[in-house]
Amino acid sequence: MNRIENSSRRSFLRQAFGAGAFVLGARILPTPAFAALETATFSPNVFVGIKSDGTVLIVAHRSEMGTSSRTMVPLILADEMEADWKRVKIEQAIGDEKYGDQNTDGSHSVRDFWSVMQECGASARQMLEQAAANQWKVPVSECKATLHQVVHTTSSKKLGFGELAAAAAKLPVPDKSKLVFKKKAEYRYIGKDIPVYDLADITHGKAVFGMDAKVDGMVYASIEHPPVFGGKVMSFDDKEALQVKGVSRTVEIPAFKPPHGFQPLGGVAVIADNTWAAFQSRKKLKITWDPGPNASYTSSEYKKQLQATARKPGTVVRNVGDVDKGFAGAAKTMEAEYYVPHLAHAPMEPMVTVADFRDGKCTLWAPTQNPQAVQDTVAAAVGIDKKNVICNVTLLGGGFGRKSKPDYCAEAAILSKQLGKPVKVVWTREDDIHFDYYHAVAALYMKAGVDQKGKPVAWLQRSVFPSIFSTFAPGVKAGSAAELGMGFTDTPYDIPNHRVENGEAVNHVRIGWLRSVANIYHAFAVCSFADELANAAGRDSKDYLLELIGPPRLVDLKAQGVDYPNMGPIEKYPVDAGRLRKVIELVAEKSGWGKRKLPKGHALGIAAHRSFLSYIATVVEVAVSPDGKISIPRVDTAVDAGMIVSPDRVRSQFEGAAVFGASLALMGEITATAGKIDQSNFNNYPVLRMSEAPLETHVYIVETDQPPAGVGEPGVPPFAPALCNAIFKATGKRIRELPIKGQKLV
Amino acid sequence: MITLKINGAQRQFDGDPDMPLLWYLRDVAGLTGSKFGCGIGQCGACTVHQDGVAIRSCVTPVRTAVGKEITTIEGLSGSGDHPLQKAWAALNVPQCGYCQVGQIMQAASLLKTKPKPTDKDIDDGMSGNICRCGTYQRIRAAIHMAAKEKA
Repeated sequence: MNRIENSSRRSFLRQAFGAGAFVLGARILPTPAFAALETATFSPNVFVGIKSDGTVLIVAHRSEMGTSSRTMVPLILADEMEADWKRVKIEQAIGDEKYGDQNTDGSHSVRDFWSVMQECGASARQMLEQAAANQWKVPVSECKATLHQVVHTTSSKKLGFGELAAAAAKLPVPDKSKLVFKKKAEYRYIGKDIPVYDLADITHGKAVFGMDAKVDGMVYASIEHPPVFGGKVMSFDDKEALQVKGVSRTVEIPAFKPPHGFQPLGGVAVIADNTWAAFQSRKKLKITWDPGPNASYTSSEYKKQLQATARKPGTVVRNVGDVDKGFAGAAKTMEAEYYVPHLAHAPMEPMVTVADFRDGKCTLWAPTQNPQAVQDTVAAAVGIDKKNVICNVTLLGGGFGRKSKPDYCAEAAILSKQLGKPVKVVWTREDDIHFDYYHAVAALYMKAGVDQKGKPVAWLQRSVFPSIFSTFAPGVKAGSAAELGMGFTDTPYDIPNHRVENGEAVNHVRIGWLRSVANIYHAFAVCSFADELANAAGRDSKDYLLELIGPPRLVDLKAQGVDYPNMGPIEKYPVDAGRLRKVIELVAEKSGWGKRKLPKGHALGIAAHRSFLSYIATVVEVAVSPDGKISIPRVDTAVDAGMIVSPDRVRSQFEGAAVFGASLALMGEITATAGKIDQSNFNNYPVLRMSEAPLETHVYIVETDQPPAGVGEPGVPPFAPALCNAIFKATGKRIRELPIKGQKLV
Repeated sequence: MITLKINGAQRQFDGDPDMPLLWYLRDVAGLTGSKFGCGIGQCGACTVHQDGVAIRSCVTPVRTAVGKEITTIEGLSGSGDHPLQKAWAALNVPQCGYCQVGQIMQAASLLKTKPKPTDKDIDDGMSGNICRCGTYQRIRAAIHMAAKEKA
């Protein structure tokens, strides 16, 4: 019996996902998730099934890279269904569009799937209750699902979920309008601190990451990529490389055809019977490269170009009042320029994938944030229909946006097809740093005209950066509405004359999204400049910031000419100045802003930023030693992310964001010379270590019934400006360029 | 042919004696708990014990491990509940989890020499282990917790 395709289920899913998002009849067998649901006695939708022994199977269709979505999204379903979490087994979904969006980035796993999970859980619960009512011949109103069983409320009769599964499977799925959801007070798991599903496996070394995937008969590949983006192999000599013990052959991977997108970079692969042999052999390849069109790219020169562009008028992307008139009438004007370099993601697990191409199908085991993009990319790379690409998703050893770009998966597929056996492609850390999709470098220009009291009457801001979209389409030079909408066109400051501009930039490397994306450089400029104005006015930074934001209100960006995509429906997630004010007030109170006694050389800085629909305010305490060494004794962060599933996991994301933010602010920098990336590993692309990390990060979560918003990313943007604002207070030195490393503070 | 002692068991290896212990463990012995992160001893994801002391297996040729007792996460505790593993779970330390085996192995080595570590001891002992997710605060707390339990 094929329950997954029963008609009532289809209509349920159509309601849950919206028409068109669910593909009827698309089946790929065998797969772990499907196999599990196939054996389930009762599976009212693609996300949940119950076996006759009572085991509840819930499909995790989002990837797990440390944000806990593999646990917390299924947990919503389990709670609504009244399942006993101890009897729930999570099955990781393969890539399949029937699950809806599987791209685990943009901090949207919980916010976009909360209601779907709720609907799935409530449907299952109500069908189980109905099955019990039918069996007992009592009204369903007397049957209540409670912790994995249905009880008859007026007698002592009980039936377990497993006992009811077969009967429930024969019932129609209730219409969405008939679903009754649990009240907040009835939640069993939501709002409690349930540990992540894989915790014990992780601490015992049993968790399976992409690096740990293994298939019988598998060979290992390491690939020498063109050192300059867009370069090509002219010729190569593999004589010495083939002499390394364990190496069987080499394979040339062709260069990509622009635009690049997620295609492999090309190069020469060495095939061996272990990873080490492949690494060693690769060093002995003699390759002559055509460096291609980007060999002239040198980041120090490029920086000057971006800065020059930022000083000139650009395309207006938001306008309020008349900024030029405002400047003319101001008591004083101030200007400042900011700069943030390219950054690399550097997840702890380098890119890796196992692919097995046989009989016209390609099966992969990949640490990917986006298994559907793996399907598309692999299908195009090896010339098969994407339905024949089966992407198993392993745990990810970090992602931060890098692993939604499946170039490395396509490499494994191409090699497996050519060799006729399973291939594991393993990138070195050097490959990872040299061939990332870098976070965009940005130059920003800010100008304000202030009145006698130092309050802005006119404000101009310009942002210049190579767009992410240049990686995907030819000739893109302007910033997209999406990138500009990340902390630049959407600032909630209450200024009578306000203009936002964007300047053009030609791209020379692969640009991609990195945890919190364009918010990083935009928040750095905007929140630093606000603090510069506060200090120039001789005002308290927090009080000034609140005045700048103005009264609680919804900011109507459309009325100000902004093409603003938001990250969700604007009616559901408006730009709410009141919520931003509230987190500032909360963090100020909790951090002891203006009250806390600080040792000599210590100071506090504050920044507040809305991103991924969440409102964050961060206070950083910095300590600057007499010889200019920085440490971070304490961080306080207030978070309004709407409704949340797990307070502990939300705290952990903001603790992590403080480290990620400190890392990029203090030491993050990718540079290029003649098209080649200068950094290669953690020795020259340092990331924050324990001795450099904030000693304590306190996270305060606003309790609210607002719809769920983002958690994984929004902690990052306010960190760098809060830190730099603190450094200014401690030293009088204003940091306008990141990273801080190498700048003299005292 | 060389003989290695891994988690108490003798193993023969006739491959390249210069192969780093990490790749022997992962690709040959099938012990994948120890992770590859950098290959140059900079990140600590590959940390195992050699005669009870933390080493970076990615830069340790297998030939140098002959005659030594190698312990990996798979052999850290017979019952699988080393005080550090318990503390890690109690404080929900991991995020992605990839570096955590190396962190635990490094911390286990630290506690042998510093049973009651100060924050400074932990900084000194753990700063060779990178966690890109940024779980340092909880790692520190878990080490303190495990030290208390051991005492």
